[in-house]
Parts: sequence; structure tokens; C-alpha cells
Amino acid sequence: MRRMSAPLLYVAAALLGAPALAQIDFTGEWAPLYHEDGPERGPGPELGDYTEFPINDAARLRADSYDADRISVVQEYQCRPHGADYALRGLGQIRVWRDIDPDTQRTTAIHLHFLAWDSERTIYLDNRPHPPEYALHTFQGFSTGVWEGNMLTVTTTHLKTNYLRRNGLPRSDQAVLTEHWTRHGDYLTVTTVIEDPVFLTEPLVRSDNWSLDPGQHIGIFGCEYAAEVPKPDGTVPHHLPGTNGNLQEFANWYGLPFAATRGGAETLYPEYRSKIAPYHPPAKCTRYCNCTSLFNCNVDSR
Amino acid sequence: MKILSVLFLAASLCAQPNQNFDTVETHVLPVQGNVYMLLGAGGNTTVQAGKEGALVVDTQYAPLAPKIMAEIKKLTAKPIIWMVNTHVHADHTGGNEALAKLGGPAGQAPRIIAHENVLNRMTQTGPNQPEIPVGMLPNDEYATEQKDIFFNGEAVIIYHMPKAHTDGDSIVFFRKSDVISTGDIFTPGRWPVIDLARGGSVQGTLDALNAILKLTVPARYQDGGTLVIPGHGRLCDESDVVEYRDMLTIVRDRIQDLIRKGRTLEQVKASKPTSDYDTEYAAVPGLWTNDQFVEAVYKSLTGARK
Repeated sequence: MRRMSAPLLYVAAALLGAPALAQIDFTGEWAPLYHEDGPERGPGPELGDYTEFPINDAARLRADSYDADRISVVQEYQCRPHGADYALRGLGQIRVWRDIDPDTQRTTAIHLHFLAWDSERTIYLDNRPHPPEYALHTFQGFSTGVWEGNMLTVTTTHLKTNYLRRNGLPRSDQAVLTEHWTRHGDYLTVTTVIEDPVFLTEPLVRSDNWSLDPGQHIGIFGCEYAAEVPKPDGTVPHHLPGTNGNLQEFANWYGLPFAATRGGAETLYPEYRSKIAPYHPPAKCTRYCNCTSLFNCNVDSR
Repeated sequence: MKILSVLFLAASLCAQPNQNFDTVETHVLPVQGNVYMLLGAGGNTTVQAGKEGALVVDTQYAPLAPKIMAEIKKLTAKPIIWMVNTHVHADHTGGNEALAKLGGPAGQAPRIIAHENVLNRMTQTGPNQPEIPVGMLPNDEYATEQKDIFFNGEAVIIYHMPKAHTDGDSIVFFRKSDVISTGDIFTPGRWPVIDLARGGSVQGTLDALNAILKLTVPARYQDGGTLVIPGHGRLCDESDVVEYRDMLTIVRDRIQDLIRKGRTLEQVKASKPTSDYDTEYAAVPGLWTNDQFVEAVYKSLTGARK
């Protein structure tokens, strides 16, 4: 048996390590970039703004009935975190770390810690199956990932019911979240695809971006229930059908046709413009005009 | 006789009497502590297992008893000492006698706990209906707000939930394991069955759901903590009960509003007061539809029982 020389061993080791090296390292502190959908993600979405969502009638009525008092009045909502899908869009500071199998030097799991609600999530890369359908659901769901070249594709099931947008647009516990993680130097992009047979007629595709920030320190979010408003047991604030007087606000503020604000797959595509042909945008921006971060979103930008 | 009796009870809501039980697969899901969730063809069965034996909440159907017993034997070599029926329906009581014979202590029957209204309903059969065999009946009924036992090292508290899914509902709280078994008061993904003919009501169901929420304590990130085994469907926790409670509260409020406006039952149905929940909550095929749910809420709120 011939012995391999040291340089050859080095080359062989490097070659053997190639697949592992092809796995991009997402480890680090990532600071969110809010240039996409800033007003929605920072201050929060407008009531009645269902634009960009391929929702069905059930989702639309559910959102129309939503009363944000629920968050303060119903104790069980006070510390409810974002689901795995929305967590990427909310207060999205993320810490990412990974588990490495010492025998293979392959990444077996990626862990995420979010500022918002101190939520934590694991993406398994060890080919384990998803739990049976009768298993418990969680807000972060159960995630497994596979590498597609340098892109990590993540599939998440077993999500709890939550929201697509924080104005009452619902996302069901039957939704499946697919994420595509890509890294470009010090920038991270995660493209998400949500398929929800309960509330969506087409997949909902969104993207979010972060920049690497080694100096970032994620503090303790913390949350504790408190009875903020005296109420009878079992109170659930909501609007009866046809009684929500706030639904027109968004259309009026932005000078949009009301029908265009109601969401639905049709409104996502360029052809829809012909349906609202008489529409002309307002001459001057008066709301959220220069919003680029959480702290300069002046509602009355003039 | 036994089969006839089961079929009689199967005529009650939530049962699936025509199912081929030979093809049913049973699954056991460890919940936490000493508690397991056992899925088959009827309602979910809860098993608390330990050195003293097994406590079984709801027994599904008699033909499934051998399969259920085989699963229980994997959890404890000791016999079934206690059974609890959360309510009267056949998919939760149908296996009482068969399971007791297969898994009870040698020479004696397990104690079968249920609220006395369950026993009353099971023994008050109609004129053309066969009597239920004694072995299927609860033999340790209670008539108080709650009944406590201590088994396998933990307190087990059985609470009566009046006029909810029926008039004999119990929930079972395993205090150390931190698990609640709810029976059909809570069935995620399915319309609530409000069995008016057997004393159920929409307000009682809401009161019961809110009572469950007083017992549940979520862990960090609002996940886990107290776990909830529903009458049918997947394992849940507090947040899932909240979603279900919210749905029923909102539907009740909508129908109550329509009643105040003088709408008839047909007008209420035509207004589709559940349309935003129709894609999330399913009917029980052949037994309980969306329309029946709306009708039950309407009649419960107006006091009509027919």
C-alpha cells in the first residue's frame, strides 16, 4: 500500500471538505434593513391595507373584523410572538449560530435568536423527518433545510395560527413556509414563500434583508402579562360585519381606489391597472414619505 | 346487544358508526410527564401511565379496544385502574366495557368516572332503543363541581363543565404533568358540536373554554407550558384554545346581533355568519355541518331546543 505524501493529504482533505465548504456560513449578528415595506414593518401597517396579498374572502372578512384592542384586552395575546414567517420582518435583529457534527464537520442545525419576544428557532439540516400531523404546533414551527448550491432552502410546517400582516390579515396553522437563504458578502437575503390553503389563493412571496453587524448586541425583549383594561371574562374585541368604520382610511389617505386596497390575487398583477385606469396618484406625498428606518417614519411628512 | 347499544350511542353526535375498524391505525404521542395521547378512530384517548397502572380518558369504540390495549401495554405493564368519560357520546364511551375486560385489574372492573349526567343519559334510553350494558356504564359518577384523585404520583382533577358540549362534560387536569384533556369542548379544526338535545349550549361551551384558559399557563414564547389534548384533532396548547375560543365568541356575537335585529334562523343562515371561518373549520361528514352549527348557536341563544 502506497503512503500518501503530506501535500497530497492536504489536497485530498481540501477536496473532501469541498462539499462542506460549499455550505454558506450564515453565522453572526445580522441587523435588519427596512428599505422594503418600512412603514409596515416598523410603525405598523395601516388598517384596511390588504395590498400585495393574494387573500381569499375568508381572510378579508377576518381582517375586516379584527380589532387591535384584542392585543391589550385579551391577556393571552399580550406576549404572543411573531410566527416564523413574520419574525423575519418584524423587529428583525437576528443572531445566527450553528451546530457542527465533529465527525463530518458538516452543519447539522442552524439556530436563530430574534430580538422580538426573544424568540428562538432551529433549522435542522440532518435529514430528520417532520413530526406527524397530530403533533404540537409552535409559533416558530418545525424547520428543515437543504442546500441548493450556495442557497439554503428551508421548509417549515407545524406553525401556529398567526398573521400575515399586523392589521388582522390571518395566516393559518395549515400554512407551509418555504425560505431561500442567500448570502452576498455581508448581506443576507431571505425570500419567503407562504402557501396557506385556508387564507391564500396563491403563494405569498416576500423578501427581507440584513447586513452583518458584528457589534450588534441583542438585548432582552422580555414580556409579562398585565391586566391593562378591566373586562369581563372571555371578552374578545372585534367588529361585527359591516361595522368597521376604519377600512376606508387607507384608501383615502393614499388616494387609492378602495377596491385596490382589498387585496386578492388579481390586484397583484400589472393587468389590474387597466381596471383602475382612471386612477391618478396624489400630486404630493403626505404620509410616510421619507421612511427609511424605524425612527424617521413621521406620519405627517411634509 | 352490545353492538346495538353502541350503534344507538353512535347515533349521537360525533360518532362515525360505519367505519371499518380493521383498517384503523393507532398512534401514541408522548405529551409530557406521565401523559400520552392515543389516536385511533373515535375521539382522542388520553393515557396517564405509571407504577400504579393506567388512567384512561375516553375509550373510543369497542372494536378498537384490542389495538388501544396493545398501545397501553407498551406504556405500563400494570392494569387500567381508572377510566374517565368526558361525555356521553359513543366515540368517547364505546370502548368502556371492552377495554375494561382487556385491561382491567384481575377479577374486578376499573373505576369509570363520569359526571352523573353521563350516567343519566346512558341509562335513559328511548322506547325503541336497547339498554346499554351495565359494563359500559360509568360506575363512579360524581355530581359535584369537581372530583380529585391522586394516581401515579400526581393530582388528577376532574372538573365538571356544565351545559357545554353536553350537560355531562368533564375536563381532566393532570396537575404535575401539566396536561388537560378536554373532550369535545375543544376540537381544533372542526366546528364545535353543541348537542342541544343532550343539554349543551353555546354559552356553556364558551364558559368551559374560558375555564380551560384559566388553567393553562404557557411557557416561554407562548408555546408549550400546559398542553391540551382535544376531543379530536392534534395536540394543542393555550394559544390554540384561544383561537378556538375567539372564533366561537365572534360567531356567537354575530348571531346574537342578528337575533337582536329580529332575523329568523333562515335569515341568519343566509347571512353566512361563519364565512370567514369556513375555510378553517371542517364539518364532521354526515353528522355535523356548518349549517347545523349555526342552527345550534341560534337555538341555544334563543332558547329554542327543537
